[in-house]
Amino acid sequence: MARITLEHIRHAYGLRPSRPNDYALKEVHHEWKDGGAYALLGPSGCGKTTLLNIISGLQHPSEGRILFNGRDVTELSTQQRNIAQVFQFPVIYDTMTVYDNLAFPLRNRGVPEAEVDRRVRDIIEMTGLGDWAKKKARGLTADQKQKISLGRGLVRNDVNAILFDEPLTVIDPHMKWVLRSQLKQLHRQFGYTMVYVTHDQTEALTFADKVVVMYEGEIVQIGTPAELFERPKHTFVGYFIGSPGMNVLPADVDGSTVKVGNETIALDHKPRVALGASIELGIRPEFIALGRQGMSVSIRKVEDIGRQKIVRAEFAGKPIAIVVPEDGEIPAEAKVRFDPAGINLYADSWRVELGA
Amino acid sequence: MEKTWNNKAWFMVLPVLVLVAISAVIPLMTVVNYSVQDTFGNNEFFWAGTEWFAQVLESGRFWDSLARNLAFSAVILAIEIPLGIFIALNMPKSGWGVPVCLVLMALPLLIPWNVVGTIWQLLCRADIGLIGYGLARLGIPFNYAADPVHAWITVVVMDVWHWTSLVVLLCYAGLVSIPDAYYQAAKIDGASRWAIFRYIQLPKMNRVLLIAVLLRFMDSFMIYTEPFVVTGGGPGSSTTFLSIDLVKMAVGQFDLGPAAAMSIIYFLIILLLSWVFYTVMTNYGSEK
Amino acid sequence: MLELRAVERVVGGEVHIEATSLVLEHGSLNVLLGPTLSGKTSLMRLMAGLDRPSAGSIWFDGKDVTGVRVQDRSVAMVYQQFINYPAMTVYENIASPLRVRGADPAAIDREVKRAAELLRLTPYLQRTPLNLSGGQQQRTALARAIVKNASLVLLDEPLANLDYKLREELRAELPKLFAEAGTIFVYATTEPHEALLLGGNTATLSQGRITQFGPTIDVYRRPADLVTAKTFADPPLNTVPVVKSGSHFRIGDRPALPVPAHLAGIADGPCTIAFHPHNLALQGQHPASASLSVRTATSEITGSESFVHVEFEGSRWVMLAPGIHDIEADTTIAVHVDTRRIIAFGADGRSIAGAAA
Repeated sequence: MARITLEHIRHAYGLRPSRPNDYALKEVHHEWKDGGAYALLGPSGCGKTTLLNIISGLQHPSEGRILFNGRDVTELSTQQRNIAQVFQFPVIYDTMTVYDNLAFPLRNRGVPEAEVDRRVRDIIEMTGLGDWAKKKARGLTADQKQKISLGRGLVRNDVNAILFDEPLTVIDPHMKWVLRSQLKQLHRQFGYTMVYVTHDQTEALTFADKVVVMYEGEIVQIGTPAELFERPKHTFVGYFIGSPGMNVLPADVDGSTVKVGNETIALDHKPRVALGASIELGIRPEFIALGRQGMSVSIRKVEDIGRQKIVRAEFAGKPIAIVVPEDGEIPAEAKVRFDPAGINLYADSWRVELGA
Repeated sequence: MEKTWNNKAWFMVLPVLVLVAISAVIPLMTVVNYSVQDTFGNNEFFWAGTEWFAQVLESGRFWDSLARNLAFSAVILAIEIPLGIFIALNMPKSGWGVPVCLVLMALPLLIPWNVVGTIWQLLCRADIGLIGYGLARLGIPFNYAADPVHAWITVVVMDVWHWTSLVVLLCYAGLVSIPDAYYQAAKIDGASRWAIFRYIQLPKMNRVLLIAVLLRFMDSFMIYTEPFVVTGGGPGSSTTFLSIDLVKMAVGQFDLGPAAAMSIIYFLIILLLSWVFYTVMTNYGSEK
Repeated sequence: MLELRAVERVVGGEVHIEATSLVLEHGSLNVLLGPTLSGKTSLMRLMAGLDRPSAGSIWFDGKDVTGVRVQDRSVAMVYQQFINYPAMTVYENIASPLRVRGADPAAIDREVKRAAELLRLTPYLQRTPLNLSGGQQQRTALARAIVKNASLVLLDEPLANLDYKLREELRAELPKLFAEAGTIFVYATTEPHEALLLGGNTATLSQGRITQFGPTIDVYRRPADLVTAKTFADPPLNTVPVVKSGSHFRIGDRPALPVPAHLAGIADGPCTIAFHPHNLALQGQHPASASLSVRTATSEITGSESFVHVEFEGSRWVMLAPGIHDIEADTTIAVHVDTRRIIAFGADGRSIAGAAA
């Protein structure tokens, strides 16, 4: 297992990038610790797969260096970097049995057959593919095939890192729960360094210790799931994480209060805001309490989604979403209160530190 | 998309059925007719039964030709299939090289068969041909008209030149349909060049290879024009394949009955061998 | 009104759709919910007339349309893959069904612009689909289905190939589109969450059979059988086999849970009880909550909530707890079941009494 250092990595697909926007991946400069579980989260085209392929060596960065445990691997091939990668669509060797598929990466590296057998059996047990071990891999269902792909990634215990490129895309919702918690368990058990690319926030947040949110070729925030939820650094993070995303309302700051339309909201700190910046207030639907006291709001629609209700309402002339628990009541003359702990302020889309 | 029920579809295939009847079934029946009768012209026919079949099957000439055919097809397949795969593997997968290679590969396929024969006949002549003359200058007396081995080499090289492209194009089509992720995964699994070929490329080429082998087998088994132009079946009868023998018998000696019987046997052999090839290869593909 | 009467589909001896009867009203949104290969697409193909049923008949507005070809029916379909004419502009793509029908240019222009406005495609009308993002491509396909003004619109997992957030946006817009038109909409999905967000009616499918059909939230809250309940649960439903005996559900000899009021009437004997992960909590929030002791496995944290995987008497459960709880694996903790939400199923898998609303 390895610590991964990304030194001033940039990547452009065109030959002569001149402007920042020519880069599919703008500057990335970070260190990821040994044994960490990282998720790269962002919409399609944000550069997350490019970054993953640069780490695995399938792509060579236009600029910058990659280090594994302090050793420069930028010029090394994928094989030499000794990593495992699982792709979006299952890659299996059709003509081989499930067993041979799993043994393939080990046999290629000349691992003694007794050792191969021991490790392949472990993986077969872990993935629950025991009944299929001696069968040809081509007849299996999509999620069984993807389990083989995952298994091939996990079978080598000497890899520097295991990389996942949206591995659960083809899997049914129920199976996702099983596979995800298995991955999590494996991470706990063996301490692999794992990097997981996805556009699905639930997958990213539940899998990773640290989630790397990417947007238009840039990393906008790296943080624990709780940090991303409570303190999104950029309005994009607020919008992209959470379902529904954060409510972002245009606002004005006046001392330690914020004005949104005609409503005034007291803050527990006095924010320092640069003059002339465009100010927005961000509050997640979970931090808005619906009741009989507070600021007035007009409810447009209530979506009952079983375990909770999503209330779509208009507040100070802007649409907002409010989350109400399954048993929560929605009064006729509803008012809202914002939990001060859930309020974030943004100046030109970037979060303003509230402390002062 | 799966089609819905509609009996009108039969009208659509009717023209083809008529064409097939005129071009294949009727001539075939004529041949069957000839093969069981004796004729001396003037539209006089005598019933001959299975006499011609017996005669053909008992003649050493038929078995010799058949053996030559089988040997020729075996040699052709043994050279063209691996060579075709090898060339396809080494063709560029993207960039300007792709159209260039494809056009180069398609060229021999576009040349009429008798022209191919003529080209090689000229090339191999010891007096004026580039190859024949060149070999002679190197001290190798090359004469396809006198030496049976030389005649065979000429015919085989000519066929390889003419038809390997077909195998290449088929394999190439199979190769480009393999998604990139497979190669990336194989790299990560540490697969060798051979393992990539054996476990990714070959399985994905399975179907097109089956078609390539079938086409090349049938075509080579029916070869006529090129050796007829180059060697005329000689020297002696060393390159007299079944097809050439058949024409000699029918047109040269005007033995219509035996020739008809031989065509039917020839046809049945091709049918049988193609079926065997097909069954063996599809079973191999599905069970393994 | 689209009516399937005992429609069956058998292909090569394999039953794709078991005898199914279903009535879909004009102006309704109907979700087909089930895992891959449960028969969603097969059922849609039968509705569209792309496949002929092996038995049974299909009626549209009181007319038997069983043998009528898809071209002669008024059907529009949107697929998981983004299917547009690559050489045409977005405008021409949307206009194509109207052109086929020979509508006059002014009407075409009006319709295309209206659909484009609805699906926020107005700035992209002169582009070709390949120069659009996946979300915009799928919007184009949806717009084409809408202008066709078909009486039946079939959407086969239309959002599956889109990013999570894009799905959320389009999903919010789709019910509005449905509400405006008087057509019958059928929407296939594998995700329970999506069915709930769309609302309307839901038919749950399992192995080629519709297990229940009704208003979405009712099917979710009052599943007719265990299969339906499991199909309609994400995170997975928590279940445990118990024996009802008097005022308690027993496991082995020990009373495990008190029987809640809404299940008091059911007969004593073995049954399976089930409840959703959010009805399991770390604190008892309600007098009807009952405490259990469970063994923890992994915990997954989403930022605002935690999914704690636990084991209870050999059953794997998930607890969805608000807040962040990174509980160490293999410890014994107390959890609380909101017994008001328990659903019970008999030995035949049928629901014995639905959960209280």
